[in-house]
Amino acid sequence: MLLKLARQSLWNRRGTALMTLFSLTISLVLLFGIDHLRKEARQSFTSTISGTDLIVGARSGQLNLLLYSVFRIGNATANVSWATYQRISKHPQISWTIPMSLGDSHRGYRVLGTNLDYFKHYRYANGQSLQFKEGQPFNEVYDTVLGAEVAAKLGYKLGDQITLAHGVGAVSFSEHKDKPFVVTGILAPTGTPLDQTVHVSLEGIEAIHLDWQQGAPMPGRSISAEQALTQDLTPKAITAFMVGLESRMATFVVQRQINEFKGEALSAILPGVALAELWQMLSMVENLLLLITLLVLVAGLVGMMTTLLASMKERQREMAILRAVGAHPWYLFVLIQLEVLLLTILALLAAAVTLVITLWALQDTLAGSYGLFININPFSLQTLYWAGAVLLVSAMLACIPAFTAYRRALNDGLAIRL
Amino acid sequence: MTGIQPVTDKPKIPAIELKNVLFYYQTAAWQLSLPELTLPQGQHLFIKGASGSGKTTLLNLLAGIITPKQGEIKLGGEPFSGLSPAKRDTLRARNIGVVFQQLNLISYLSVLDNVLLSAHFAGLNKAASEQRARALLQSLGLGPELITQQAAALSVGQQQRVAIARALLTRPALLIADEPTSALDADNRDSFMQVLLEQAEACQTSVIFVSHDASLRRYFNQQLDMQHLAQGVQPCC
Repeated sequence: MLLKLARQSLWNRRGTALMTLFSLTISLVLLFGIDHLRKEARQSFTSTISGTDLIVGARSGQLNLLLYSVFRIGNATANVSWATYQRISKHPQISWTIPMSLGDSHRGYRVLGTNLDYFKHYRYANGQSLQFKEGQPFNEVYDTVLGAEVAAKLGYKLGDQITLAHGVGAVSFSEHKDKPFVVTGILAPTGTPLDQTVHVSLEGIEAIHLDWQQGAPMPGRSISAEQALTQDLTPKAITAFMVGLESRMATFVVQRQINEFKGEALSAILPGVALAELWQMLSMVENLLLLITLLVLVAGLVGMMTTLLASMKERQREMAILRAVGAHPWYLFVLIQLEVLLLTILALLAAAVTLVITLWALQDTLAGSYGLFININPFSLQTLYWAGAVLLVSAMLACIPAFTAYRRALNDGLAIRL
Repeated sequence: MTGIQPVTDKPKIPAIELKNVLFYYQTAAWQLSLPELTLPQGQHLFIKGASGSGKTTLLNLLAGIITPKQGEIKLGGEPFSGLSPAKRDTLRARNIGVVFQQLNLISYLSVLDNVLLSAHFAGLNKAASEQRARALLQSLGLGPELITQQAAALSVGQQQRVAIARALLTRPALLIADEPTSALDADNRDSFMQVLLEQAEACQTSVIFVSHDASLRRYFNQQLDMQHLAQGVQPCC
């Protein structure tokens, strides 16, 4: 009967109840949505690179090196000479290396010059290796392997020809038009910046820059694609390289040796440590966002209490009738509490449904536009804790109108004030 | 007040019994005093009083919402005013029915649920109560087609009858009616009084009827005037 009373009373005031429900639902969707995105972003972020023990580049801060080598954000300040790379990669503790040459782009997507070790050793997420959706790694100088998103967005298929542009802007005026590349492979989606990368061989990068100097074509000197193949295409420098060690134990030793390398000023960073530092910087924004969301939720809950408190006046008759038929004042207290809990539970359910639908609808857009692969299921054990906390807070706030009902019941008795 | 005699010779437990009852508010300059009132089971009492004469206070006392500062109230022979608030609430649910002036019903509940409220708080068996509620409503002229409707959909006269059904569902010793006819027209008023007393007699329930309308006096064997009880009241009008 108590539940029936609470339910029907709410239904009787469905206009205001619905608005309250609506505002609560919105704040809950915000809370759960942002919490979920936060976790997913961190997940997606930290799973970008795995299995790599060190990243080596010209001397710079570890964040800069991490950003351009892993996230394709920003640029290197200087290069690493080929000779140095060769020397370090012969270090007895080093098991494998992946050279990386950055600086060109294709329609806004970064181009990465590398070698076949990349497809062999690069790992992401929980040590997953790269998979080909179609085709195979590059064999020839003018072959290219596209990231999943590049192929999907630009509609490329195997055998298509693309030209690379100098620089990393979305629109470039200096293209390497004379040396087109042929798509030989398309990678499966990884949910990392890799999906937005065009991969070519180091030799390919070298070939398109043969007749260039200081970032511009050399006037009066043009080397055709065929002529380039006859020349020595060994790179003179690379941007950075990834290192896999024989044993993790040696990480710090090798890192120090590289940092103190005599021939050239180099930096070796631990990707995990750099990622953590980067995430810590981002987490301030993230926490601020969460705080704002929590405040929105509090506003929603306080709004619910205001509505209830306002309705107490028009419900005096209801309370007097219940008192007359024998309801104890505590019964009225519980009745109000129950109404609040009903509203909150309804809002929680509505928020859950809305969130799942929204995530499902936005999943493709997020993956496509932002490379953010989110799980549709936003629920975890922590969500339950959140929900419990929300219920607790609303029950606490509900004490205000509930206690009003209780006190009125004691004071007014059977008097019905119209 | 005095001279109330049982209808039959057989001594019965009085429905309600007040002795030396005194009540006053801390803030108000008047008091309500009732040296003695005994209402035998099945007898009815008419209390005449204008608004502002302390009627509501008396009703709250009789219903056990408030307790007297002095004196004692017994309900069905049991001490009532000395009990804890929770026990008084339970006792009220079982032994006292209340019919208000108007708007007696919770508008969003169905007619049947409104009637069953009293059984719920009295802790009576639900199935049996429902059966009795249907029968009561039927005898009050409210057919089965009406009882599933929302209370707000009924006319005022019908609503007041539903209130009678709710008040009598638990077969209480006492039914308190606070100007239940003031919102009714003359025809409705007469038929209301008729069914009220008829059904109350069927349940052996004593009715305490409060009204300023002296013409209703004729339905009752006992009368009490608020003016004799309240002291220091500024009569309105």
